[in-house]
Amino acid sequence: MNLEPQAIGITPAVLRIAPPGGWSDLSLGELWHARELVYFFVWRDIKVRYKQTAIGAAWAVFQPLLTMAVFTLFFGRLAKMPSDGLPYPLFYYCALLPWMYFAASLQNATNVIVEQQRVITKVFFPRLVLPLSAVTSPLLDFAISFLFLVLIMVYYGVRPSLSLLLLPLFLALAILTALGVGLWLSALNAIYRDIRYVVPFLVQFWMFASPVAYPSSLVPERWRWLYGLNPMAGVIEGFRWALTSHGNPPSGLLAASTLAVLLLVASGTLYFQKMEGIVADVV
Amino acid sequence: MSDIVIRAEKLSKKYRIGECDRYLALRDVLARALNAPCRIFHPRMPASGNGNHPHIWALKDVSFEVRQGEVLGIVGRNGAGKSTLLKILARVTKPTRGFAEIRGRMGSLLEVGTGFHNELTGRENVFLSGAILGMSKAEIQRKFDEIVTFAESEKFIDTPLKHYSSGMQMRLAFAVAAHLEPEILLIDEVLAVGDFQFQKKCLGKMSDVAKQGRTILFVSHNLQHAQAICGSGVLLDGGKILRQAEISRIVRDYLAMAPYSGANHRIDRGMLAFQGISNRAELDRVVPGDDLEFRLKFRSGAVPLSKVMIDFALHNDRNEYVVHSKSRLLGFHFRVPARCQFEILYVIKRPQLAPGKYTLTIYVHDHGLPLLWVDNIDACLINANPGFGIPELFDGVSSSLLPEFTIQAEGA
Repeated sequence: MNLEPQAIGITPAVLRIAPPGGWSDLSLGELWHARELVYFFVWRDIKVRYKQTAIGAAWAVFQPLLTMAVFTLFFGRLAKMPSDGLPYPLFYYCALLPWMYFAASLQNATNVIVEQQRVITKVFFPRLVLPLSAVTSPLLDFAISFLFLVLIMVYYGVRPSLSLLLLPLFLALAILTALGVGLWLSALNAIYRDIRYVVPFLVQFWMFASPVAYPSSLVPERWRWLYGLNPMAGVIEGFRWALTSHGNPPSGLLAASTLAVLLLVASGTLYFQKMEGIVADVV
Repeated sequence: MSDIVIRAEKLSKKYRIGECDRYLALRDVLARALNAPCRIFHPRMPASGNGNHPHIWALKDVSFEVRQGEVLGIVGRNGAGKSTLLKILARVTKPTRGFAEIRGRMGSLLEVGTGFHNELTGRENVFLSGAILGMSKAEIQRKFDEIVTFAESEKFIDTPLKHYSSGMQMRLAFAVAAHLEPEILLIDEVLAVGDFQFQKKCLGKMSDVAKQGRTILFVSHNLQHAQAICGSGVLLDGGKILRQAEISRIVRDYLAMAPYSGANHRIDRGMLAFQGISNRAELDRVVPGDDLEFRLKFRSGAVPLSKVMIDFALHNDRNEYVVHSKSRLLGFHFRVPARCQFEILYVIKRPQLAPGKYTLTIYVHDHGLPLLWVDNIDACLINANPGFGIPELFDGVSSSLLPEFTIQAEGA
């Protein structure tokens, strides 16, 4: 008999199946054992998307590039928005990288439960795998568009300094923000289908509440901490600073952002877990 | 005792039913939130205790034990709660009450082809489906050749699934599932797919798995399959366990269940009574080309009804819907005075159904309020056409319809 451990099959000596009850249903052990499944879902997302689109990976570059051009023209050249002394294209592209990752992740996460309903109603796996993979697969597009950033930086002769070493930290913050919001949205959308119509607006409003098209230095100093409660503000300012060393390290902003992210992820996980108990009956 | 691997204790599952949508629209919730603002974050929809919604107990106080190595068949009619039981044990849905304890790694197979994606190739789908069913990447890699050989699809393994015939898709899907090797395996209906030869192969594989000492819970509508594989069985009816015994006893009990008592009242508000099919006797003598004519007898209660609609569904013995009609779609509704006996004549023109036993489900509602839901009504027995006389001809024919067709070779 084959007794080797399986990706999901590992269970405590006795598994207890009981009515949905409280917050205690969260099992991080099971989630850890299902980590390969996250990989498979991400792999499938990427494969399918590149098979279905004609120019595949090029979209990852076109989207931020075209948005950058539009922003440069309207916010930069016409509206004369300040840009912390950076060339406009670079100023916008640095912000669009994390922003586009975040927007795509929210879109993915919102729909993931509903799209996978056939699987959800037929086989068990820790449902947290779904939002986790939804915020992981846009990282590929992020990586591809990041390569283009290098070209832009070379073109403008902007040389990164030691602050670049902190970039992974800001990326991690972006992923956690996407996960925290994604958990809420995917759980809410499974139960209230209206959510998916709300998300495009949410993303749009959120972008204007984040320093994508303008520097956060425009926000009055005494409101800065409140502004920082939007974790994407810390992420985007952090990206600009880490990549170009222009502006100030967003320290105060960052503290507020980190706190907000931790709250989001914790509350999102708990709410998602609560929804998990009934999702197969609802979708 | 330590060799008990599954123990269920008063497992119960309640579902809401009726015209209401299965999922909520935010508008309703917001309206409700005005009364109780914090409810919006407590999505307890399906099991909610408020008595406004009609509900049924799909499973009620089900307790049983399964020993290590036992191959247990779960037998029962449509709606008896078999699938619900398996879904709870497979952890797809949670019980409303009661609990179950499971010792050992468990894998479930509630459907063939879970997680398959049309755009991906056969090879990619083997990995994806395997991972979703609970295999590790290394495990799939090791068994890959075996799976492909079993599915007889070596030639097409790098072709996208969308170019496969449905039979080929099924074969590949089953092959993946058959190589899942948990200690406890839950299987629902999956043998009802594929051609006869492949069904035999699957059955053989199941028996092999059983001989390796694994515990299997097996739901099938096919009594032959159940008898071939299982050692013991559980007979479910109306969400309750009637008996747990060895499989031959269970099959005997199942067959002995009086066909009429089979009519299962899932909703009965006492406002309308179904009194049977008045022309039932002649419905045992039809052949595929005949019109089917059902005379359904009802009696109304003390309250007159003003906008009654009725839905019908006819199921074959594989439990597939073969005919389904809703009077709302036909724009048909009628009034019924209080305490009145009446008949509804339902005619299906030349449905060309394949020989076999059929059951009827009726669902009657008044102004959208469900009054009566009865399923498993023994409806008719369709006989083989005289010309087709030999029953063996149907062995392995899994068609639900027998339309008139011609066949000829041209240019041969």
